[in-house]
Amino acid sequence: MANFAKANSVEEWLDQRLAIRTIRRVMSTEYWIPKNVNFLWAMGMILMVTFKLLLVSGIFLLMYYQPNVDTAFDSVNYTIMQDVAYGWLWRHVHAVGASVVFLIIYIHMFTGIYYGSYKKGRELIWISGMILFITFSGLAFSGYMLPWGQMSYWAGMVITNLFSAGSLELHGIVEWVRGDYVPGQAFLDRFFMQHVLLLPLGVLGAIGLHFAALRLPHVNNQDGEEINFEEEAAKYKAGKKKESKVMAFGNDFLSKDIFVLSVFLIFFFYLVFWHYGFALDPVNLDPADGLKTPAHIYPEWYFLWSYEILRPFPKDPGLIAFAFSQVILLLLPFLDRSPNVAPANRRGPFAIWFWVFLVDMIVLTAMGKLPPEGIFNTIGLVAAIVFILLWVALPFITKLEKRL
Amino acid sequence: MKELKILAVVVFFSLAVYILVEPIAHGVMHKTIDKQGFAYKDLPDVNKKGDATRGKDLVMGAGACTGCHSIEVAGIAPTMDALTASSSYGVVPPDLSIAGAIYDERFLHALIKNPAKALDVEHKFTPDSGKMHPMSSFGGAGGDIDQEIADMVAYLKSIAPDSASVTPTQAFENACGRCHEVRYTNWTQMGEKPKFKKERDSLIYDANVLDYQDNLKKYMGKLPPDLSMKYGARGEQFMSTFVENPQGLLHGTSMPRVGLNAESAEKTLQYLHDSYEPQAMREERDRTGLWVMGFLLILASVAYLWKREVWKDLH
Repeated sequence: MANFAKANSVEEWLDQRLAIRTIRRVMSTEYWIPKNVNFLWAMGMILMVTFKLLLVSGIFLLMYYQPNVDTAFDSVNYTIMQDVAYGWLWRHVHAVGASVVFLIIYIHMFTGIYYGSYKKGRELIWISGMILFITFSGLAFSGYMLPWGQMSYWAGMVITNLFSAGSLELHGIVEWVRGDYVPGQAFLDRFFMQHVLLLPLGVLGAIGLHFAALRLPHVNNQDGEEINFEEEAAKYKAGKKKESKVMAFGNDFLSKDIFVLSVFLIFFFYLVFWHYGFALDPVNLDPADGLKTPAHIYPEWYFLWSYEILRPFPKDPGLIAFAFSQVILLLLPFLDRSPNVAPANRRGPFAIWFWVFLVDMIVLTAMGKLPPEGIFNTIGLVAAIVFILLWVALPFITKLEKRL
Repeated sequence: MKELKILAVVVFFSLAVYILVEPIAHGVMHKTIDKQGFAYKDLPDVNKKGDATRGKDLVMGAGACTGCHSIEVAGIAPTMDALTASSSYGVVPPDLSIAGAIYDERFLHALIKNPAKALDVEHKFTPDSGKMHPMSSFGGAGGDIDQEIADMVAYLKSIAPDSASVTPTQAFENACGRCHEVRYTNWTQMGEKPKFKKERDSLIYDANVLDYQDNLKKYMGKLPPDLSMKYGARGEQFMSTFVENPQGLLHGTSMPRVGLNAESAEKTLQYLHDSYEPQAMREERDRTGLWVMGFLLILASVAYLWKREVWKDLH
């Protein structure tokens, strides 16, 4: 048995047993962040908090939600919304959170792309981030099935149909995924399981990986400057805080994080109380009806860009383009051949690539929602082709880039 | 400041996505029609002044209204129970006690003269279809037909309560509630379901509602939808214009134009709004929201001061 001296304080008592002082040092007071960052570096913290809001509101919703095709709709829209005290608040937090978490994920991703934060040791940060994105997409989709409204049912029908792989007509796989010929009780039950257990576990694991991947390469900075963290940390610890290029996570960066976070929360709760309609699609306020196809079937806004890469092409090429769009972002660290870690605007042709890519994603998003008629179809097709060409061109553009 | 410029870029692109995906795309997908103020301008003007006493004789006598309609305020009970009535007419003929208060006067005139036309369901009762609207047109009692109708309308108005005293439930019941159920307010096509002591009585009630719904299906072509969530699913603009002019938004629908006046239409919409999102809940949301905002503003101010304090040593 190890020798334990009598502790003089609760902190010391805990430190003897859990090494909390070491943990605090490693995770906070000696976890170094470059000073040269802006508020976009607080998006990680915002995502963490939004995820927690989703988790907590989800736990409350889970106490009243009924995963049954006959009662699911009313358990959400009546029991939770009208019968349970403040049930509407949890529902709004959960619905708005699911939408806003994607807005912040996209801002976080584009920040990473813009500043080149996926290169030179940071590849795994990007890849684990994309794994998180994919897991969150699964969570969002499975969660969308649960209210069992018209859009739950028909989006579930359309998306699970993709598993038939076009002309391969693998209907057996579709039935296996659904547990039935059409979405029904088995379908609802398995998406319920995924939404409340399997995928949240996956997200927690992926968050761990994402943070771990950040540890050794440290976070990037606004100029992509290579910082000797040990040297700068020594300066900081010697009391030369002003000269050091780094600061401690706690409380230096944390104080800014919390300020940015509280501004974000004002925006978030404004949406929760007064502008939640965008997160509760009106079509989904009609109960699921397998005999009545809605006039327009579309996913939530955060999936629209990939939906629009699927939609304008004939069946098989569309599926291939869709599969391409799902995996290609994961490979970004290897497709970018340039040695430079710098903001996109200083990287010549890559600057054009970045802004065209951003605008193309927004165009795809808009066209994914608009009905596929006339001019919208053409714009959608062009935008989808531009998306593919951009990614094919990326290695060549970056290969030609001059070393800065 | 650099951070504000970055924020402006982020806000610009986020707003662009929002505006394209929400207002613009929804505007393209869901066509709207303009509100007409429940004026029913397509129906002829009423220029006769009615006499309620003569009207009463016509309603009870030559007009034959009470052959089908009850008028409880005048002591006239229904001739049959709701289920039998629905099997005879497809739907229960409404009680006329408050008709004068909730329906537009011009509409009432046109209705008595030619129900299918006023209700805008003539496409359902074409000569080819072999079907007749269950309410027959008033052919006149020997005098000036327009004067006679004006008299009947005057009578209905004379027995009706002050329109301000009509409750949202009454307006809804008359206008929508004989065809639509609203399970969130416990409303069935046969009225609000009472609490029964015995399970058996409750089941009998449910069975009667099912029979009623079968009759309704035969009459309407399909069972009219439950309206619990419709206000949320369609929005105020759609609901208001749909009640005013069903054919304008859903061409060929068998839902009749119900002819509410503006005041009663507003009450009907209020009932539907409350079933989707009760008034108390909306108030609770505003109240809670203000508290949360107050808390967050204080949090943000304190966080800003703390940040300034900490960062003083850094730069």
